[in-house]
Amino acid sequence: MLLFIEQVLNGLQLGFMLFLLSAGLTLVFGVMNLINLAHGSFYMVGAYVAATVMLATGSFTLALLLALLSAALCGLLVEIIVLRHLYQRDHLDQVLATFGLILFFNETTRMIWGRQPLFMDVPEAFAGSVEILPGVPYPLYRLLIIGIGLLVAGGLYLLISHTRLGMRIRAGASNRSMVAALGVNIRWLYSLVFALGALLAGFAGVMAAPVFAVESGMGESILILTFVVIVIGGIGSVKGALLGALLVGLVDTLGRAFLPDLLQWLFATPTANSIAASLASMAIYLLMAVILAFKPRGLFPA
Amino acid sequence: MMNFKLISSSLVALCVFFMAPASAAVKIGMVTTLTTKAGYLGEDIRDGFNLAIEQGGGKLGGIEVELMVEDDGRKPGKGREIAERYIKSDKVKIMTGIVFSNVAMAVVPKVVKDDVFYISPNAGPSALAGKRCHQNYFNAAWQNDNLHEVMGKYVSDAGFKSAYILAPNYPAGKDALAGFKRFYTGNIAGEVYTKLGQSDYAAELANLRAAKPDAVFFFLPGGMGINFLKQYAQAGLNDSIPVFGPAFSFDARLLKAVGDAAVGVINGSQWNHDLDNPANQTFVAAFQQKYGRMPTLYASQGYDTANLIGSALQATGGKPENMTAFRAALQKAEFDSVRGNFRLGNNHHPVQDIYVREVVKDASGIYNKTVQKVFTNHADAYAAECKL
Repeated sequence: MLLFIEQVLNGLQLGFMLFLLSAGLTLVFGVMNLINLAHGSFYMVGAYVAATVMLATGSFTLALLLALLSAALCGLLVEIIVLRHLYQRDHLDQVLATFGLILFFNETTRMIWGRQPLFMDVPEAFAGSVEILPGVPYPLYRLLIIGIGLLVAGGLYLLISHTRLGMRIRAGASNRSMVAALGVNIRWLYSLVFALGALLAGFAGVMAAPVFAVESGMGESILILTFVVIVIGGIGSVKGALLGALLVGLVDTLGRAFLPDLLQWLFATPTANSIAASLASMAIYLLMAVILAFKPRGLFPA
Repeated sequence: MMNFKLISSSLVALCVFFMAPASAAVKIGMVTTLTTKAGYLGEDIRDGFNLAIEQGGGKLGGIEVELMVEDDGRKPGKGREIAERYIKSDKVKIMTGIVFSNVAMAVVPKVVKDDVFYISPNAGPSALAGKRCHQNYFNAAWQNDNLHEVMGKYVSDAGFKSAYILAPNYPAGKDALAGFKRFYTGNIAGEVYTKLGQSDYAAELANLRAAKPDAVFFFLPGGMGINFLKQYAQAGLNDSIPVFGPAFSFDARLLKAVGDAAVGVINGSQWNHDLDNPANQTFVAAFQQKYGRMPTLYASQGYDTANLIGSALQATGGKPENMTAFRAALQKAEFDSVRGNFRLGNNHHPVQDIYVREVVKDASGIYNKTVQKVFTNHADAYAAECKL
C-alpha cells in the first residue's frame, strides 16, 4: 500500500512535468493553429542555460530567471523569423520547418556546449528527501515539481479566464480575422502566446535539469509524450492538457511499476518480465487509442 | 596547338606526380558514430586512432596510412552505404570504427565477405563471436558480454546475496543481463527491462527499494545511465544499496555529467588510465597533451586498434592484399597494448584481463581508480561455437 502511494506520487510528478511542456504546445496549437515540433528545443534551451548559469554562479534563482528569459527570447525570435510566415501554409509545411528547427537547435547546442552532457545539481534547499508517510521517504525536489505544476496550472487558469489578455487569446483562437478587425494587434498577440509557450517549456527544462541528463536532443524523447498528452486532452485546451498530462503520467508510471507483478499471476517470471516491459511502454498509446475511440476530439475539445 | 598539347600533358604529369604519394599510403576506412547523443564515443575512437598514427609520424608499423572517417549517425543503413563506397570507389582493404552492435551487424558480415578486413574498436555482438565468426573479422575491444560478466563475478565474490538488475528492453540489454547472470551465483531479487531512451526512473526506483536487494546492477548506456544514477542518489538509495555496472556509464566524460552521484560505484572495465604499463602511460600522457581531456576506454580501444593494424602492416610490408599473411599477422597481435596482457583467441576476439574500478573524488576531480583484477586471460562464452 505504501508502495502504491509512492508510485501515485511519482505518476503525478511526471504528469506535472509533462503539463508544463504541453500547456505551451496546446496553447500555440489552439490559438495559432500551428504545429510546432521544435517545442522540445525550448525545453532543452532552458535546461542548458540553467545548468550553465548554476555551474558558473551557484545560484538556482539566477539560473531559473536567465533560463526562462532565454527560452522566451528564443521563442520570440523563432516566431518572428520563421513561423510568422507559415501561419497561412498547411500543417505539412509547418512540420517540415519546425523539424528543421529541431536539427538546428540540436547542432547549435553541440557547437556551443560540446557533446558532453552537462551537470546540474539539485538546489541546496531542495536536496534530500522527506518522509511523507512513516516509512515512505520521498525526494523533496520531486515534491517541488508537483507544487510548481499546481501553481502554473492555477496561474494559467487566472490568465486565460480572468484577464483582458486571456480574453483576447480565447477570442483569437475562435476567430482570428474578427479579432483583428476589432482592432487587436493579432501579430503581437501571436508572438506573445508563442513566447509564453516557449517560457513554459523552458521552465520544464529548468525543473528537469537536475533530474535528467542535460544533453543535446533531450527535448525529443519527451516531446512524443507531450503530443500524446495534448491529443488526449483535446488540442487547444489547457484544462485538457492538465488532465491529459496527469493521466499519461499516472498510466505510464503505474504501468511500469505494477504490470510485471500483475502478469506474474498469469505467466512464468521471464515471460511476464518481457511482456510487462513491452506492455508498459505501450500503455500510454493504448490509453490514447481508447480515449480517442470514445472521444475522437480528446477529453475537452476546444 | 602544340602549346595546348604540351600544357595538357604536363598537367597530367603534374597530377600523376602529386597523386603518387597518396596512392602509396594504405587506406583505412573508418565508419563511426560522430553525431547524435552518442557522438562522443566515435569521437574518442577516432582521436585515439589518430594519436597512434601521429606518434608514428603519419605511419602505422612504419607504413604510411591514410585514415578516412565518416559518420554513420548510428543508422545501420547509412553505415552500409559508407562501407560500400569505401570498398567500391576507394578500394579500401581495411575497415574499422563502428560503435554500435546494430550497425556492426548490418555492415560487418557484408564487408568481410568482400575480402576486406574489419577490425572492431568497440562493438562485439555475440553473433559475430560465435557461429557467424569470420576469418576476416577481428575484435580489438571485447565481446559485448565481457564487462557484464566481470560484474557478475565481482558482485558474487564480494558476498552480495541478492541483486536487482536493470537494462533497456533491446538485444544488447538482454545480453548484458545474461552476461551478468552467467557469473552471478546469488539470488536475483528482480529483473527489469526499461524503455529504451527512458528518462524518468522513479517507478523502477520505488519498486527497487521495496524489493530490498543487497546490490543493484544496471546497464543503461549514455544519457539513460546519467538519469538513473542522479535519481538513484536523489532518492537516497546510494547510502543503503550499492550500485554496480559496466564501464559504459562511468567513462571520464559521463562522470562529469553525473557528478557526486557516481562516487563509490564499482564498475567493470578492461582498461583504466592508471593501469601500470609503459604503453598505457605513454598513451594517457600523449592523449591528454594532444586533446586536453582524459581518454575514455573508447579512446584506448581506438588506439589499440590502430596499433594492432600497424603490427600487421609492418609484418606484411604494408600489403593487406596479401590476405593470408595479413590475417596471420593480425592474429599474432604483436603490439604493446595499453591493457598490458592481450592476445586474440581462436574466434579473433580478445583474451584479456578484466578489472573492477571504483569512482573516487579528490581535489583533481572525479575519476576511476582500479581496485583489482577479477578475470585473468578471460575469453568470451561464444568462442567454442566458432569454427575457425
